[in-house]
Amino acid sequence: MRMLRNRKFWMMCAGNLGLFALWYGSVKWIPLESFRRMPDPVRVMTEWFNPNPVFGISIFVKTYYFHILYSTYRALVSFFLAVSLGVPLGILMGWNKKVREFASALLGLLQPVPPLAWVPLAILILPGEAAVIFVCFLVAFFATALNTYVGVKSIDPDYFRAAACLGASRKDVLFDVIIPGALPNIFTGLQIAMGAAWFSLAAGEMIAAQYGLGFLIMESYNLVQVPTIVIGMATLGLLGYFSSMFIRYVGGKLMRWREEAMGVKG
Amino acid sequence: MALFDKIEVTPRDAATSAAIDGALSIRRVSKVYDPDGAGVVAVQDCSVEIAPGEFVAIVGPSGCGKSTLLNVLAGFDTLTAGEILLDGNPLASVSRPPQPGPDRVVVFQHGALFPWKTVLENIMYGPLRQKTMTNAAAEEKALDLLRRCGGLDTVASSYPAQLSSGMQRRVEIIRALMNEPKVLLLDEPFRAMDSVSKATMHRHLLEMYSLCRKTIVFITHDLEEAIYLADTVIVMTTRPGTVKKVLKISLPRPRLPQMMSSHEYLEIKRQVAEGVHEEAKKAFERGEREHA
Repeated sequence: MRMLRNRKFWMMCAGNLGLFALWYGSVKWIPLESFRRMPDPVRVMTEWFNPNPVFGISIFVKTYYFHILYSTYRALVSFFLAVSLGVPLGILMGWNKKVREFASALLGLLQPVPPLAWVPLAILILPGEAAVIFVCFLVAFFATALNTYVGVKSIDPDYFRAAACLGASRKDVLFDVIIPGALPNIFTGLQIAMGAAWFSLAAGEMIAAQYGLGFLIMESYNLVQVPTIVIGMATLGLLGYFSSMFIRYVGGKLMRWREEAMGVKG
Repeated sequence: MALFDKIEVTPRDAATSAAIDGALSIRRVSKVYDPDGAGVVAVQDCSVEIAPGEFVAIVGPSGCGKSTLLNVLAGFDTLTAGEILLDGNPLASVSRPPQPGPDRVVVFQHGALFPWKTVLENIMYGPLRQKTMTNAAAEEKALDLLRRCGGLDTVASSYPAQLSSGMQRRVEIIRALMNEPKVLLLDEPFRAMDSVSKATMHRHLLEMYSLCRKTIVFITHDLEEAIYLADTVIVMTTRPGTVKKVLKISLPRPRLPQMMSSHEYLEIKRQVAEGVHEEAKKAFERGEREHA
C-alpha cells in the first residue's frame, strides 16, 4: 500500500504508459508502408494472452515456456561460469603483478572483439549447445573480470596500510580488504555481465540454436508471424529486467554497510 | 576532569598508564625519492630522540617530509640512510625491508576504518588477526574502551559511514589502542575539521592519552594544535626536510583550553612561529605542492 503513495512508482507507471502510447501512435499514424506490418500493443497482448493463439505462441502454450527455459538455462550457465572464473581472475589481477601483466595483455586484445563476431567460429569448433553458451560466457567473463580488477585497483591504499598495521596476513588482506573493498565494482560487473549475457544470447540463438527466445524471434521472422516476434522481444526484456533486479537485491544484502550509509545521507 | 580522577585511582589503569616502553630513536635518517634519476631529497639527516610515553608533535610546512618520516616509522616506506630504533631494537634501516606492525599503529589523515565492518568489528580486528585475544575477550575490551572514551559503546554496531568524521577518528584511535601499541602515529588526523570539532577532538585525544600513555608521534601543520597537545614540538624545515628546532613544552597536564591564552603558551607560540613561518614562506615561494 505504501507503494501507491510513492511518487517514483507513479512516475514509472507513467513512463510505461508513455512507451505504449508511443508504440501505438507509431503504428497508427506514421504514414510509412513498412510500419503497417508492426502489430499494435492490443494485437500483441491479445495474442500473448490468447488460449488459442493465431501463430502458436502465448502464455497458455507449453512451447513458449520451453523457449523461455532454454534461454534462461543458457544465460544462467554462461553467467555463472563467467562469474566463477571472472571474479577470481579479476581479484588475482589486482593482487598479483605478474598475473595482472599477463592477463591484461590477453584481455586487452580479446575484449574488443564484438561478441557476434565469435559466433561463426564458435559454431565451427563447438557442438551446438556449447557454441551459444560459449559466446555468452565470453562477453560476461570480460565484464566481470575487468570490473573486478578495477574494483580491486580502486580500493584506497590506506585500507591496505591499516590492515598491515593491525597485523593482517596476506590472506587476511584478501578476505578483509580486497574482496569487500571490490564488492561494489564486482556487482556493477555482474549487472553488466548479466545484460551482456542476455544480449549475446539472443544473437547467438538466432544463428545457432534450435530452441530459445532468440530462435523463436528469428523463426517468427521467417514465417512473418509479427506478433510473436514482439512477444519474444518482450519476454527477453522481462527476463533481463528481473535478473538484474535479482543481482541488485543480492548486492544490497551483501553490502548493507553501503545501504545504511546512503540511508543516513539521503 | 572527572575522567582523570577516576583513572588515577584504578589499579589496572595505573599499570597501563605507566609507560615502560616506546622509546624511539631516529638516527641520521634520510630519504631520497629517485623515481627517474631526479633524486628528490624528502628527509635529510634527521635525528630525534623520543622518550617512552612522550607526546611529540612534528610541525612543518607542506612538503617538509613529515609524512615521509611517518611512513618510514610506520614501515610503509624504506629509508635511504640512517636507522630507527624502537626500545633499542632496530626498526628500520637501509638493509631492512619495511615492515608495518601492531607495535606502531597509524591513524590516517583521511581515516581508514574499514567501511564494511561495524565499529565493534573494526576495533576487534587487530587482536583477532594477531590471535592475541579470543573473540569474547576482544569484544569485552573493545566495548570497555568505547565506553571509557566518551560513551562510544552506543555506536558499536553502527557502520563507520553512519558516524560523524570526528567520531570516526575517535573510533580509529581506539582501534589503534586496542593493539597495545608502543607508539601511536597520527598523520594529521584532524586536518579536514572545522575549529569547533577540532577542539572537541583535542579534548578527546588528551583524555585518551591520559588513559593510556603511549608514545605519540603527531604530524600536523597546525602550530597551535601542536603546542597545545604535545610535550615536545619538532619544527621541520622545508625540503630537504630536517629538524630545525626542538621545543620542550612546559605547560602542565592536564591541558585545558584556557591555557591557549596563557602567557606561557603565547611565548612558546611566538618562538615556534618564527621558525615555521620562515620555512612556510620558503616553501610558498618555491611553489611546493603538498605531497600528502
